[in-house]
Amino acid sequence: MAENVDIVEGSSLWGDAWKRLLKNKLAVFGLVVLAIMLLLVVLGPILIFWATGYTADGIPENGDLIKSFPPSLTHPMGTDEAGRDMLARVLQGGRISLMVGIISTFVSLIVGVSYGAIAGYLGGKIDNLMMRIVDMIYAIPYILIVIVLLSVFGGQNTPRWVQFLSEKFGGAGNQGLSQIFLLFFALGLVSWLTMARVVRGQVLSLKNQEFILAAKATGVSTFGIIFRHLVPNTLGPVIVYATLTVPSVMLTEAFLSYLGLGVQAPFASWGSLASDGVKNIAIFPWQLIFPGVTMALTLFSLNFLGDGLRDALDPQTRKF
Amino acid sequence: MSDQNGTILSVTGLKTYFMTEDGVVKAVDGITFELKKGETLGVVGESGSGKSVTNLSVMRLIPEPPGKIAGGKIIFDGIDVLGLPIDEVRKIRGRRIAMIFQDPMTSLNPFLKISKQLMEVTQLHLGHTKKQAYDHAVKMLKTVGISDAEERINSYPHEFSGGMRQRVMIAMALSCDPELLIADEPTTALDVTIQAQILELIKDLKARMGTSVILITHDLGVVAGMTDKIIVMYAGKVFEQAPTKELFATPANPYTKGLLKSVPDPAHEQGKDLYQIPGLPPDVAHLPPGCPFAERCDRAADICRTEFPPFVQINEDHYSLCHFAKEVYDESVRERESK
Repeated sequence: MAENVDIVEGSSLWGDAWKRLLKNKLAVFGLVVLAIMLLLVVLGPILIFWATGYTADGIPENGDLIKSFPPSLTHPMGTDEAGRDMLARVLQGGRISLMVGIISTFVSLIVGVSYGAIAGYLGGKIDNLMMRIVDMIYAIPYILIVIVLLSVFGGQNTPRWVQFLSEKFGGAGNQGLSQIFLLFFALGLVSWLTMARVVRGQVLSLKNQEFILAAKATGVSTFGIIFRHLVPNTLGPVIVYATLTVPSVMLTEAFLSYLGLGVQAPFASWGSLASDGVKNIAIFPWQLIFPGVTMALTLFSLNFLGDGLRDALDPQTRKF
Repeated sequence: MSDQNGTILSVTGLKTYFMTEDGVVKAVDGITFELKKGETLGVVGESGSGKSVTNLSVMRLIPEPPGKIAGGKIIFDGIDVLGLPIDEVRKIRGRRIAMIFQDPMTSLNPFLKISKQLMEVTQLHLGHTKKQAYDHAVKMLKTVGISDAEERINSYPHEFSGGMRQRVMIAMALSCDPELLIADEPTTALDVTIQAQILELIKDLKARMGTSVILITHDLGVVAGMTDKIIVMYAGKVFEQAPTKELFATPANPYTKGLLKSVPDPAHEQGKDLYQIPGLPPDVAHLPPGCPFAERCDRAADICRTEFPPFVQINEDHYSLCHFAKEVYDESVRERESK
């Protein structure tokens, strides 16, 4: 008797969302492209070095006058004007670009979620003050803030803790790397504003629900209520917004690098590669096309995934 | 530190006001009652009569602003709750006074597993380790009659039915073995059969654990079988206070009589209108000077509209807020004898 009964597995909220996401073709496309891209970017440079000996910053020692070669079997994406393998450079640049996108989003996530949740939950005057500060920062063009931050704290004035972090990762006295770390924080610190607003709005609608009152009635502290009970409930919109923040941050990074403020040689990012490529667009177009297309593909995928996640996590707003 | 007469909670002249744009809403206006250890007190009244606000005040859960406890005293087991810093109140909440809410569908956090929510209480108050808290949570689920508790504990709230969720809420409330349990309309959102089960469960656990209970409800049928004492609230005031049996047998307040008459009688003749108290509860922001019930009362006299009624003592434990308390009481006694 009992063995004939099928036990229905309860599906969690995440399980349901995952199923809905898999039904969305564009989102799945985005997810697959991103997964491949991440894999290539992480393993690619190692594989290329192992197979051919090319590295992202290895300048070949030969007497050739023209060092830019078009795509060929040895260099699938050609070489840049110093003769470096473009494929290795694009993958290396992808590492930095994706890292900038992900780490800056992470910084903005932590700052924005805490800030928004605290403002929304405490409410009243504190909320008012905190959100007016956000409005004020909003009013200043964020690109301006990043440029000022990068030029004030760049070079010799890099804060000690940024230098410390970059030393941990890449050894002492690596100015280019400190610059990249500075970029993470500068971009993170300007992109938390919308996150804070999103989270505050969520918290405002959640904090009057009975389960929050129930949590208060069991003696949970204010901190516990905000971070154990409220924040997990805002995760849906937060994940969606974070997924859409990554491409926008990457785009900003590309823009800054294009202007020469972001990532500097010998490091490369998709933005700085495109910036180098643009100089030679008439003669060596592959130097612009490959980093540009790779970046566009990644941004596309991220946006598709973000849209898909929004539909999956908030089924009520889905279009039928 | 208990009183010699075993009083667990005494509320004296409690006033909870809400400052709104429409003026000061006196949600609770001078409530006095007492609860002895192991006793069950029923709080009955229409929506908006201040039942829930009274009990939220006891736990200091009134949102401030706009709410404010404007006066009175709440003594819980010798502790002046209103004088405590909020950190100390937090140690009482959930540990010594626990609460069950009306709607089990919304009073569990939808994003956290049942286990987490149950464990949080004991980790917080009893300093349990994760393992201890988990075992205790399983034990509590069994206590409230959830079968295969070991498996169900890892479910999310949406995988439970309403009655099961209310059981989980009760398990959570009783986790720390509190001295006082406040049940705020615990069965309103449940269907009748589940209602009976939940009430039976509360009754049973109360008997086993010796917890005092405050049962808030608008359903007279619920309080009848459960409580030792009842207070009837209307417009933020206690209208009548009496031992349960006496209140049902010989009410001394026209409002209580009206409420009792409003309970549908199964022998009621079909096609005839059911009794209802005429009119609507008053706007507590703009109360008339006299008795707040005067407009709806069938025996209101001129004095009712001009003068606030006295709180008349009928006998040892029976009080009524009415100008004609004695007369209403005598009438009830006569009706009772004639039956």
